[in-house]
This record gives sequence, C-alpha cells and structure tokens, in this order.
Amino acid sequence: MWKQFWQTFKTGIVTRDINLATDQGDVAGLGQELEGKIKRVLGRSAHIRHVDTGSCNACDWEMTALLNPVYDLQRFGFDFVASPRHADILLVTGTPTKHLATALRKTYEATPEPKVVIALGDCACGCGVYKDSYAVYNGISSIVPVDAYILGCPPTPEDIIKGLSKALDRLNKKGGRL
Amino acid sequence: MSWHNFSQEILDKFPGTSLFSRRGNEEYLLVPKTQLTEAAQLLTQSGAVLSTMIATDERPVYGVFRLYYVFSRDEEDRFIILVVNITEPDLTYPSLTPLIAAAHWYEREAMDMLGLRPIGHPEPNRLVLHHEWPLGVRPLRKDFNPALQEEGQKAGGGEHRFREVEGEGRFYVPVGPIHAGIIEPGHFRFGTAGENIVHLEARLFYTHRGMEKQAEGLDFRQGLKLAERICGVCAYSHSVAYCEALEKIAGIEIPVRAKLLRTIFLEMERLYNHIGDVGNICAGTGYAFGSSQGGRLKEAIMHHNQLLTGHRYLRGINTPGGLKSEPPASVLLELPDWLDDLGKEFAQFTEVLLSNPIFLDRVNSTGITSLEAVKELGVVGPAARAAGWSRDCRKIHPHAAYSQVDFSVPVYTTGDVAARLKVRIDEAGQSIHIIKQCLEMLEPGEIAEPLGHLPPYQYALGYAESPRGEDMHWLMTGENNTIYRYRVRSASYTNWPVVPLAVRGNIVPDFPLINKSFELCYACLDR
Repeated sequence: MWKQFWQTFKTGIVTRDINLATDQGDVAGLGQELEGKIKRVLGRSAHIRHVDTGSCNACDWEMTALLNPVYDLQRFGFDFVASPRHADILLVTGTPTKHLATALRKTYEATPEPKVVIALGDCACGCGVYKDSYAVYNGISSIVPVDAYILGCPPTPEDIIKGLSKALDRLNKKGGRL
Repeated sequence: MSWHNFSQEILDKFPGTSLFSRRGNEEYLLVPKTQLTEAAQLLTQSGAVLSTMIATDERPVYGVFRLYYVFSRDEEDRFIILVVNITEPDLTYPSLTPLIAAAHWYEREAMDMLGLRPIGHPEPNRLVLHHEWPLGVRPLRKDFNPALQEEGQKAGGGEHRFREVEGEGRFYVPVGPIHAGIIEPGHFRFGTAGENIVHLEARLFYTHRGMEKQAEGLDFRQGLKLAERICGVCAYSHSVAYCEALEKIAGIEIPVRAKLLRTIFLEMERLYNHIGDVGNICAGTGYAFGSSQGGRLKEAIMHHNQLLTGHRYLRGINTPGGLKSEPPASVLLELPDWLDDLGKEFAQFTEVLLSNPIFLDRVNSTGITSLEAVKELGVVGPAARAAGWSRDCRKIHPHAAYSQVDFSVPVYTTGDVAARLKVRIDEAGQSIHIIKQCLEMLEPGEIAEPLGHLPPYQYALGYAESPRGEDMHWLMTGENNTIYRYRVRSASYTNWPVVPLAVRGNIVPDFPLINKSFELCYACLDR
C-alpha cells in the first residue's frame, strides 16, 4: 500500500489550467469564470449526458479525457451523468446513423427543460466525412434542435471546455436560473 | 504440412480450379462454387485461418459478384485466397460457416450488403442492416438506389428476436444502445439467473455509417481521409493498412525513413491505447488510483502525438506512398529520454496494480476465453495472445519496418482479464523498445515515393497490427485513380463474437470489466 501512496504523492497535481479566451496567457481567471457562469445559470453544477449517435469514437475519447486528472472538468462544476433525466446538457457526437436516430430523439425527449444540445465534432455538426452516406442523417440538427456547435475532428479537450462555456451562455438565454 | 506449392496442390486436386491472379504474397485461386467447401477444408487442415472475406459487385466490369475468402497461416507471410464467381440469377453459394465458424459474420454481411445467400448458414439473419431496413436494400450493389430506403417504407426484416433463456428464476437485463458512461452504442441482452449471466446476446452495428459505400468513387487522398476516420483510436493503423494496399497495387517500395517513422507512429498508437486501457480496466474495477494514473500517462502520450504529427490521434500525417511531412527534429531528439521516463513511470504504476490483492481478486479468473474458442473464431491481437495464441501480424506479415526491429510477442495462457491486462503491460514495454530502435536507425532521406497513376480494377490486401489486433483491408482500384471497392475487417470485427462467450458464467457487475479488458471499438466494427 505504501507504494501506492508514494506514487500518488510523487505524481502530485497534474491538472492543467485552461484558458477560455485564447490559446496562451492569462490563465488563472478562466476556470473561475466558467465556474461563475455555471453558478449563475444553473445555481450549482452543470450535468452533461453524452449521446454517441455514430461517431468514430475520437470525439468520445476526447470527452473521456476531460475527466482525466490533466483536464479535470469536474473542478469547474461539470459532471457526466448516467441518465438524460439528470442532465442539463446533451453532448452529442457523430452524425446520426439510421440505427440511432430514434435513440437520440428519445434521449432528447427524456431530458428535462431547460436543456441545451451541443453538437460535438464535425460529424455531429453535419460536415464530417460521412455526409450524404445512405446510412446516416447529416448532422444532429436534422433530428433535434441544436444550441451550440463545437467543430473539430476531433475537437481537443480544450476546445470542448470552451464550447461548454459558450453553451452556458445559451442556457442562460433559454431561461435557466437568473 | 507446409504451404510450399500448396496452391498447386489445390489446383491439381480440384480440376475446376484455376490460378486467378498473383500479387506479392497473395495468390488468388478461382474455385467453382461446388468445390469451395472442399478447397477450404484442405486449407484449414493445413492450419490456415480465415483472415477476412470480401464480397464484391463486379457486374459492371466482369458481369459477376465475387467472394474472396482470404486464408493465412502463422508460419509464413503468404495469403491464399479462394475466389468464387456468383452469376445472376442464382445468387446462392455454399456457406463455409459450418466448417469455419469465423466465416459467420462475413457471410451474413455479404447477404445484407449484396444479397448473396449462403446455403447452409446456421443463422442467416440480418447483421449490419437492422430489421427496420426495407427489403431489397443492398447498399454495396453498384446499382443501389438510395431512394429505395426512404422513410415510411415498410420494414423488411420483421422484429429482431433475441434468443430466449428458459427456466425458473431466469430473467433478461436489457442494456443500451445508449449507455450510462461515455461509451459507444450497442445493445446487450443478458439472460441471467440471479447475478449470474447464463447467456449474452450483443446486438451491434448501431454506428453503421456506410463507410465502405462512402469510399467508392473517392480519389485516393479522400479515401485516406475516410480510412483515418473509421475509428478514432485505431486511426493510424487503418491509415497504414489503407496506404500499404495502394502501395502494393502501385508496386512501389516506400523510403526506409518513411517505413521507420510509420513504425514509430504505429507503436505510439499502441502505447497510448495500451496504457490508457490499463487505466480503463482499473476503472472497471472501481480502482480510482489506477484510472487516474492511466489517464495521466495516456494524456502525456497524446500530447507527444500532437508534437510529432500535429494531431492527437495521428491523423493527417500519412499519404499513399509515405508520409506527408517530417516530424520536428527537436521532438525526435528528445523522444528516447521521454520514453525512458514514461517506461519507468508505467512500470512503477503497474507494480502497484499487480501487487494489490483486491485488484487481483477482481481480474484473476474473470472472463475466461479458451484457446479453442479463440482459434475457432479467428480472434486477433491481445485477446488471442492472452489465451495462448501468439498470433501477431507484425511477425507473420511484417509491414512498415517490423522486419528490421527486434521485439518479442508476450503470450499468456490463462485467457482471463488478468492475462489481457498483462499482455498490454508487456506490449507497452515492447513498444518503447521498438520506437527506440527505429529512432536509432533513422537516417536523413526522402519520406515519400510518388504513387503514380494506378491501373483500374487492380486489388491488394493492406494490413497493420492495431492496438486491438490485425486490421485487414482489401482495396480494388477503379477508373481514374479512384476506389472501386474498399473492404475493412478490423480487429474488433473478429473479436466481438468472443466477448459473449467470455462473459458466460460470470456475474453481471463483472461485465463492464470483461468488456473493457477486450477494449473493442464499435466504430471499427460497425463502419
């Protein structure tokens, strides 16, 4: 057991600061800005439900990376939840396949209002390599209304955090708290 | 039995058979439908394994549908491919599944996509196209009309029926396709007795995006972009397999430097996957220390991918004929030291794991696969090596620069979660060893060879050992440097059918752990 403690102790804190505005500089305030936004809009924390509607899994793995100790998304007050019933935000990856369109629709309907739908990655935004294939619909906007788009193939974890910040502004306007 | 003159043996034994074509290590034998089973039997008796099966619609060119059954052996770098012509109106052929279990999905897929009917298949149901699809939708036919599958059309397949589990106290647990975590979609139907899993049926292909059809008609550059997007975490292996198929058709040898760099990137992909997967297996047991350490180390490798190639998933660096650009010299220079540190940190981390009795209690003897099942289903990668089969595409069919580097293939025999975990731990160490050798061998030089104009209707296999096992691609060129047919058989495709077998007899809470120990992609499978 002491080896595990030693490894943990030696590793220390590896969490990286995220700058919401640009790629470099001005680091400290931005996490607080995001946290502040969440408090203002939702009261306490923002709950995300992930829906994979046919992605190549790169976007999904970047989403998983958000939870690693380097990005540690939870420090800003976000969390991924197991059910759409608990979610404020739907984070949707992939261009909807014919097999998953119903699942996406049902997940959307199961999410309580006010809710925000974010299209994550080029495919979900409707401009990926699978556009116009016989097996897919072009972008998730052909199935559910979309509030924010995060482009990239895949978007990096930083891009996703910045996109989430944008989505919160959107939720505010849609009639979240405040 | 040796494979020396083996194709001649088949030709002599079956008078209707003829040599169809030959390219590099691939020999294509045209077999009459009636002799397919016997020819395949002779091959399996010689120890051959079905690597992949390709079904094509070559009616516009040759007036026939064709099936290509690709066989290979662990002993030599050769492929013997049985080719069968299927002429309209009789679209049936004798199924090989009763003889070779590994053929089961290939033949069902050929039925969905082209309407070719295997006679004697034990389970001739829909696979890739779910039951909602209307009858007569055959996407891979050249005369496929997308308008046929407009919404509102009557579904053709009826209802999907799950296998029934009978007996007192038995009930079903349906899970998915949308799961609780950040996981890809698939539906699992557990038939349970109390906590024990009696039967698991996985209904997959939810993320079927029509990739093979999408590739048809693309030029080679766009085709590469698509190949890199079959899967996120196997992106580079798919890209290498695609490029190697084209390079084989073109008959070019890519520069040594490009080969070495491709090997480095292939191993970087293996490293980030394996180390990340060790963390994920910990997550499957609820061991937060392990998942954090795995996530942290994986992130460091992803960052180096970005530095080396400009992309965290190594996309956009390959080009048919070599590499698009040089990795920065400064990054290459500091890579060996960084790898040493990474190796040390990973070793310290895994030492903690493998000495934790609570963790070991969860992984030991959980989710066992037998060597027989693994061989029968043609399983590849760490899943095969954990069950005692030392099958590794890097050794059997050396691609990139694998013939020039020294490495060992770790094999375990217990076939449980622990074995799959240990295979990954050992392989990560070998990856570091391989990358360092490649770095030492790197000499300045060209990194790409022009592909030139490729003649139409030429075909070849391309392959690469991805982190999940051998990816087998087959590509046929069309007019004006375009793709006529592109078939991708990923490692996940051969390995998925073994998961329900490994799960049987275990408890439901162990399913996520067992599933993670295989770490199969849905995207790779469904395409």
